[in-house]
Amino acid sequence: MRAARSLRAGLYALLLTVFVVPLTARAEVSQEALRGLASEEFDVRVAAIEQLVSTAEPRVAVILKALVDGALALTPGGTVLMSVNAKWFGAASGEPVAKPSVEPEAIMANNALRQQAESALALLRLFSADSQVRLIAVRELLGQGAQGDASMLPVLDRALAAERDPAVLSVLRMVHAFAAASAPEADRRLEAVRTLAASPLPAVRTLLAKLAADDGDADRRVRGAAAAALAQVESRLLWGEWLGRIFAGLSLGSILMLAAMGLAITYGLLGVINMAHGEMIMIGAYATWGVQTAFRAWAPQAFDWYPVVALPVAFSAAALVGALLERTIIRHLYGRPLETLLATWGISLALIQAVRTLIGPQNVEIQNPTWLSGALNVAGATLPWNRMVIIGFSLAVLLMIALLLSQTRLGLFVRGVTQNRPMASAIGVPTDRVDLMAFGLGSGVAGLAGVALSQVGNVGPDLGQSFIIDSFMVVVLGGVGQLAGTVFAGFGLGLVSKFLEPSAGAVIAKIVILVGIIAFIQKRPQGLFAVRGRALES
Amino acid sequence: MNDPLVVERRLFGRIEWFLLLAAVLLAGVLAPLAHALLPEGAALRPSSYVVTLAGKFACYAMLAVAMDLIWGYAGILSLGQSLWFALGGYVFGMHLMRGIGREGQYQSDLPDFMVFLDWKQLPWHWWNSDQFAWSLLMVVLVPGVLAFFFGWFAFRSRIRGVYFSIITQALTYAAMLLFFRNETGFGGNNGFTDFKTLLGFRITDPAVRATLLAITVGMLAAVFIFSRWLVQTRFGRVLQAIRDAEGRVRFCGYDTLRYKLAIWTLAAIISGIAGALYVPQVGIINPGEMSPANAIEIAVWTAVGGRGTLIGPILGAWLVNGAKSWFTMAFPEYWLFFLGALFVAVTLYLPSGVIGLLRALRGPANPEKQA
Repeated sequence: MRAARSLRAGLYALLLTVFVVPLTARAEVSQEALRGLASEEFDVRVAAIEQLVSTAEPRVAVILKALVDGALALTPGGTVLMSVNAKWFGAASGEPVAKPSVEPEAIMANNALRQQAESALALLRLFSADSQVRLIAVRELLGQGAQGDASMLPVLDRALAAERDPAVLSVLRMVHAFAAASAPEADRRLEAVRTLAASPLPAVRTLLAKLAADDGDADRRVRGAAAAALAQVESRLLWGEWLGRIFAGLSLGSILMLAAMGLAITYGLLGVINMAHGEMIMIGAYATWGVQTAFRAWAPQAFDWYPVVALPVAFSAAALVGALLERTIIRHLYGRPLETLLATWGISLALIQAVRTLIGPQNVEIQNPTWLSGALNVAGATLPWNRMVIIGFSLAVLLMIALLLSQTRLGLFVRGVTQNRPMASAIGVPTDRVDLMAFGLGSGVAGLAGVALSQVGNVGPDLGQSFIIDSFMVVVLGGVGQLAGTVFAGFGLGLVSKFLEPSAGAVIAKIVILVGIIAFIQKRPQGLFAVRGRALES
Repeated sequence: MNDPLVVERRLFGRIEWFLLLAAVLLAGVLAPLAHALLPEGAALRPSSYVVTLAGKFACYAMLAVAMDLIWGYAGILSLGQSLWFALGGYVFGMHLMRGIGREGQYQSDLPDFMVFLDWKQLPWHWWNSDQFAWSLLMVVLVPGVLAFFFGWFAFRSRIRGVYFSIITQALTYAAMLLFFRNETGFGGNNGFTDFKTLLGFRITDPAVRATLLAITVGMLAAVFIFSRWLVQTRFGRVLQAIRDAEGRVRFCGYDTLRYKLAIWTLAAIISGIAGALYVPQVGIINPGEMSPANAIEIAVWTAVGGRGTLIGPILGAWLVNGAKSWFTMAFPEYWLFFLGALFVAVTLYLPSGVIGLLRALRGPANPEKQA
């Protein structure tokens, strides 16, 4: 309690120093307005806040803060007092006063009123001497939505006239235009509409559409300008939307590709459907969580770099589990793919339950490092950094695997065994070891996918389950034995589902894709890219 | 598995007929009669819990027989059996929902969930669902026709083996997502429950429960005997040939598509019937029944019992579900470990299941039989 009180007192002191800005016009903080705060009527209280704000008096910020904190009180005599650390001050003057003989009645604020006071406070902070404070305030005002509240206009006019900082100015112009769009003077509205045409905000569209409607603005010129601005904004939003969808599709595609790449290796090589592949992704994600926790405990200063360390850890963990499974179970089932499917499903059940028992059934929390947080705004679309990095990462993994398969001795063996196992074995390829290495590699890549997934989604025991069917669809569509198939199918499915989702919904999109895949393999049963062979049984 | 060189002429041996009849008499006649006629609390009266459990297990056994027909005899591992099962259940569940009449919470002619969604009339797929005969027809037709078309497209493009398994699993998964949606018109997440009447009888009435059990057991026996007959016909033997070497069968001039399609559709219909019998006895159907995990569990019952034996999968279904009931009560944490280990152990060490194990124990007497 004590700490909270002294903190609050400190805050008031800070606010008092912050709001020492010369203002062009000054009005007194009237007792009448202060008493309005204590009114029973909500409308009267809101009007009182507006009146206080319009004075642009530095004290108003302190008063409103006190209102939000419930530190204002009304004496029976009709004076509004403010209590700080059990001492009493006059709300209007800020001078200490003697402790009143009768306990004053506290002025309560409900949530709606508190919200009003908060936005009024943001408005007042526009006059702070610190440009950072002003920037935050102006963004907050913009975020609070553009209701087009003309009552803020006088204060915004003053703020606009005083503002010098270009970053604050550009946002402030938008806030000002939003407010000015409902100004009583037609010329001001016209000017506001023209300013809004350049805004990147989706909320602008609603406002402009309202103004452009036949019964929208009273002035014909404003209606025309709003219609023109609306067209401009809409075409820009459309571009942003398309860009956003393409990006979301590529992002989903890169994740699908990462998840499916390891699967394509094991399936292509061994003809084995590894139902526990999803759990390898899960292991990778949990390994990331483990590395993150270790960094937080022992090396918090290097926390930002934990994903880099998580990559080899996750790869090794998943590869190790995969190799272990291959050695103990899967190798005994070669040539019996259906049984392998069942056995690996059983393994996945056991792995999920093991994680539930050892770590817990809830999702674990993974924090993005700072360089993976935030987003880039391009033409109205928001492109999160983590997703962009994952797209790049998946391409890097793809390149590594492609090089591994085409340039190394192991890759040569893997390709040989994929194409013709008995022949490869006959000319001395140690198929046994190749199987082990390839299974480890496929599982390791799944572990890498887990690191990527941990940065964009929830990490829980069921993580793998949600990916297994989708990544199989990628393999089925792409065909086996060719990385190109996985790449095209992954990105293709990602893009198609992100383009279907807005109009059809996620579930219908999934069903459409499934039907599409079934129709597609009518034409090309072996997938997009198939290794042609003459074998009867594939 | 059956030795392809020994053609079985009889359906069953004399002892087998006797055991089968005894089982049907006990579970399908005596137990229901005792439940319906004896007063509550009588020593020989099976409780409604036992009757429901027996009915449930008989439905599972039917599912297992269907699975054995396609997997054990035709070599097609379908991960869509839970879908056909749930579809049959949903179709009959619609009829039961209509049977609630105005007894629901909102006292409306529409099912409660539709009132909740503010729907004013039944969606088109509920048409005629108050007609019992129509519902029975649909129980057969809906899974049958859907399976036929899906199978036609899949088999036509020669999707085989794990590919087929994965595609059916995706189909099941997509259908589950679809049924989870409220807008699909099947009660969304909650599915159908709180049934009141069937053909005007109270569904909780002991006589109704007993009749349902008797019908289910009779149906199971019929399905079992029919399947046994089917796999011994020429059709059944071609199926087994397809399982062992489809390419060669095709080169011999058989249109394998037709055979596979026929058994696939039949298995879907049997599963649908099992689902339709399951719902009134258990009293609930929701999209969870469709989950791919359930479909794979059906495969495990079959594998545990022994593929290609028909009786084995029935035993397998009972063993696994019995273990599940016990585990989820005694050690709920460890059920998935056990199930996972069971998947692995059966595939690694018991490729021909419990029946294979029994045969091996009896083996020395008849060495050629276990090949």
